Parts: sequence; C-alpha cells; structure tokens
Amino acid sequence: MAYLEGKNLVASYGVVPILHECSVEVEKGELAVIVGPNGAGKSTVMRVLLGMLEATSGSVKFDGKDISMLSTQERINHGLAFVPQSKNVFPSMTVEENLQMGGFIRKDDISKTIDEVYELFPILHEKRKQLAEQLSGGQRQQVAFGRAMMTRPSVMLLDEPTAGVSPIVMDEIFSNILDVRNAGMAVLMVEQNAQQALNIADKGYVLVSGRNEHTGTGKELINNPEVRKKFLGG
Amino acid sequence: MTSESIDIINAFALLTNFVILPALSYGSQLALGALAVTLVYSILRFSNFAQGDSMAFGTMLVILISGYMISRGWTITGVPTALLAIPMALIGMSIYLLTMDRLVYRHYRRIKAKQNIIGITASIGIMFVTGGIVRFVLGASAQRFGDGERFIFSVREFKAFTGLEQGIALKTSQFLTITIALLLVSFLFYFLQKTKTGKAMRAYSDNEELALLSGIDPDKVVQITWLLVALFTTIAGTLYGLDKGFAPQQYHLLLLPIFASVIVGGIGSPIGAIAGAFLVAFSEILLTYAYKKFLIYLLPLSMHPTSLVQLIGTEYKYAISFVILVIVLLIRPTGLFKGKVIVGE
Repeated sequence: MAYLEGKNLVASYGVVPILHECSVEVEKGELAVIVGPNGAGKSTVMRVLLGMLEATSGSVKFDGKDISMLSTQERINHGLAFVPQSKNVFPSMTVEENLQMGGFIRKDDISKTIDEVYELFPILHEKRKQLAEQLSGGQRQQVAFGRAMMTRPSVMLLDEPTAGVSPIVMDEIFSNILDVRNAGMAVLMVEQNAQQALNIADKGYVLVSGRNEHTGTGKELINNPEVRKKFLGG
Repeated sequence: MTSESIDIINAFALLTNFVILPALSYGSQLALGALAVTLVYSILRFSNFAQGDSMAFGTMLVILISGYMISRGWTITGVPTALLAIPMALIGMSIYLLTMDRLVYRHYRRIKAKQNIIGITASIGIMFVTGGIVRFVLGASAQRFGDGERFIFSVREFKAFTGLEQGIALKTSQFLTITIALLLVSFLFYFLQKTKTGKAMRAYSDNEELALLSGIDPDKVVQITWLLVALFTTIAGTLYGLDKGFAPQQYHLLLLPIFASVIVGGIGSPIGAIAGAFLVAFSEILLTYAYKKFLIYLLPLSMHPTSLVQLIGTEYKYAISFVILVIVLLIRPTGLFKGKVIVGE
C-alpha cells in the first residue's frame, strides 16, 4: 500500500461531476505528477486528498490509515501539507511571519524548522523582514513552500507551482521540488507544464475528464506516442 | 494687554481651548470606533453599520453599572465612576456581541455568503435592535453620567497660573480620552504585530484559506475579534459620553464620521483609521468654529471682523464627513493609507 493514496475517488461541485473513479498514489521520497487538459479535475484530486472537498465515494489512505473522514486541519496535523496555486502566501506579512504562521499549530519550538527553511532557501533569510507582497514570483513561491514545510510534513501537495513564472524561475522551482523530494518527502504535484514536469517525475498520471487515462513512470509517459500526441504537443 | 495689539499667544490659547483639545479628544473617540469597524471589516469582511448603536449599548451598560456603584457608595473620589464600571460593562458587551454573532453573523459565514452587502444588511438589522434596546432601557432623551472631578485644570486656574487673558481648560474627560486612546491603540498594535494570536488574525485577514491550511481556527479568530471590538466600542462610547453626554440618537449618527474616518484612512488599515479619525475630527471642528475672537486677537483694530466668521454652521457638521468622503473617493479611492477598494465580489 502506498504512503498516500486516493482510491476510486468520485467527486462533484454541486451537480457537476468532476472525478469519476480516479486514483492516485505517492510513496515517500517519490515525486508524482498529475497532468492533463484544463478541467480534467487535477486540482480537484488535491482538494479531495486534503479534505477541502468531500468525495462522494472512494477513500483516502495515509500511512496505512483511512483519513477520508478527517477535516483538512486534522489531515494537516497528520503530516499533509499543501501549497495552493495562487494566493499561497500572506501578502501583508513578512517572510518570517509567513513561516511562523505555517508552524501555527505546533506547540514546540519552531525556530529550528525556520532555520532549516532558510538553509534550503537562503534568499528568504536575507529577505526575512520584507513583506511577502514585495518579493518576486519565484521568491514568493519559496515562501509558499517554506510555509508549508513548517509543520514538518511527510507529504507535500503542490498545485501548479510554476503557473505564471518565467522559464528560468520554473527550473529553479523544479530544482527546489527535487530537493524537497530528496529530503525524503512524498511530493504530489499538479502541473500545466507537462513535458518538464514528467521529465523530473518518478511517476505520472494523465487525467482526462476526471478519469485516469494513462499511468506510468515519467519516462514511460513521455515516450508513449499517444500521450505525446495528445498532451505534449507531438 | 490691550485688544488693539496683535496677540499671538492669546490667540493660540483660544484655539487650543476651543479647537485643538476638543478635536484631539473627539478624534480619539472616533479613532477607537473606527478601529472597531476596521477590525470587523478585516476579519468578518463586512462594514458594521451597528457600530454607533453598539457604542450606545456599551455606554448604556456603563451607565447602569456606574449608577449601581454610586448608589452603593463604591466610588473613588475624583475619578469618574463610569471608568470603574468599564470592566464589568466589557463583560456584558462581549457577551452581547458574541451572542449577536452566534445568532446572526455566524449563519452567513456558514453558508459562505462572502459579500460585504449581506453583512451590511445583517448589521443594519442588528443596529436597529441594539438601538431599540438602548432606548427601551434608558429612554431616548439625553443624559449626563459623568461624576468626579470635571477638570484637570480649569480656565480660572490656568489664567491665574499663566496670567493670560485667554484661558485653557483641560476637562477630565478630554484628558482621559486622549490617554486611554493612546494606551488602547498601542495595545492593539502590539497585539497585532507581536503576539501569536494577533498574527493569526492578520493572517486570517490576509488569506482566509491559507490561514485554514495553516491550522488557524477561524471561529477563534472571530471570537477574539468580537472581544477586541467590545473593548474598543465600550470605551469609545463611554469616553464620548463623558465628554459630550449620552443620547442614543447622537451615538447612532456617530456612524457617519466613523465610516468617513475608515474610508478616508483606507479600509482595513488600522493606521489609516486613526489618521482618518483625526482628519474628520479636525475638519469638523475647524470648519464649524467661529473665528471672530481669534481674529480679533490677531488683526489690527481696523480689520476686526463684525460677523462670527464661522465657515459652516454646526448643524451641518455631519455634512463635512460626507464632503471629505466624496473628495477622497474621487481622487484617491484607496484612502490615504492604501486600503482595499470595496468591490462587490
């Protein structure tokens, strides 16, 4: 059984069905990527895994336990962390305050974790007294990662971390993500930049209309002619 | 000193007594009310129309409790009993606001009605209920409830001390207002900037969903907000009442200058609310003050004015808030301190 797995998830927004028996899973130290066209339900999978949207059927298992009935906050307490696509920092708070808020639920000393984040993203240490809204897109994304890491999660869910950034910043963000994975975390990410994301992924899911269309390692998917033709632009 | 010579010192004393001190204390009272509105707007995301009547409610509690304390002889010589009644009144006010939240506002949070207009409409309902309770309990007529020493120093004492023709009096209520407002504002800024709970409130105000993902409990944030609102509302109302007397209608109308302060300063910005409050207070008093005597001190005899030299009659003072409001919304809709622009979501 995988470390985090969503099995046969069915979900809808009101009467509009989004997911039809969709399954994803990710192991510790593994980077899994969900790609697919707009409206395929990629972000919805994340929302269901996090308990931000209730699944009509299917289950979410984490570390062998069924967490389907837990609230979002309880899942965060158990070790899930989420970086939303947009609005993923507290803009009018400083970098350091953003990290402090990330560790809000922790009762122990969080200063060591803050130092670890600064070690991973040295630029944040330099800008720790600056407001998040004054940072560049890439730096802001680092604050968002840092905030999510403050609970010392074992699973990191990322919703389109490279949306709207330049190619250079994209490479930087991907390398940050690999660092996080190499630190032993399970990373599940939704990506628009399918080609680049599958390149670095250990595992990939191609979602179409809320169904698993293709599943495989990143390499397999990139080399799959059908996937290439339909989703990677030939 | 003859009245023919130019007399800057007496002119300044006159202005201090009739403009600067009253405007400082009125500005402080507005600032406390405006901060309460700002807190509600930032956390609960609606403009609280019940603010003026809530201030009346808090003051009503103070009047009732201090009346009881006076009847039992629980007073301290020289200190307004109203001040001693504030802690008890605060408890009552907190319970009232939390109950209203539970009965009304929470419902709209639950169904995720995020639009400002829904909160506004609900708060207008609460405004009428609250105002009704106050009138039912205390009646609609004006009353004074200040006891103790009326002046820190009076005009006569000031004249005797300085030898000036024009005296300055510092009313106890003015002194209390300015001191307490300073203390409260410092407390609020310390709380929001330095404490974990305060930071959580700012985080929630910044980005509700991310605050939730960070494990910040929205119910707790909302409760603490109402407690702070109770604190600011009760004290603002009491200080205003000690200064100018208590009349439910007067408090109801206070909503206008308070909203003007908030919008002029920049919606959602605490510093803006304070700056806006003083801007509104000074404009109101500077524009409605009769400058005749002031000019007599400053101008040679041949130029002495015969009229009152009052720019606007005091009965139009509420219009001043609106004119400021219109000017600000036209040329700088975000307010002086770059607040949010209200848009229907």
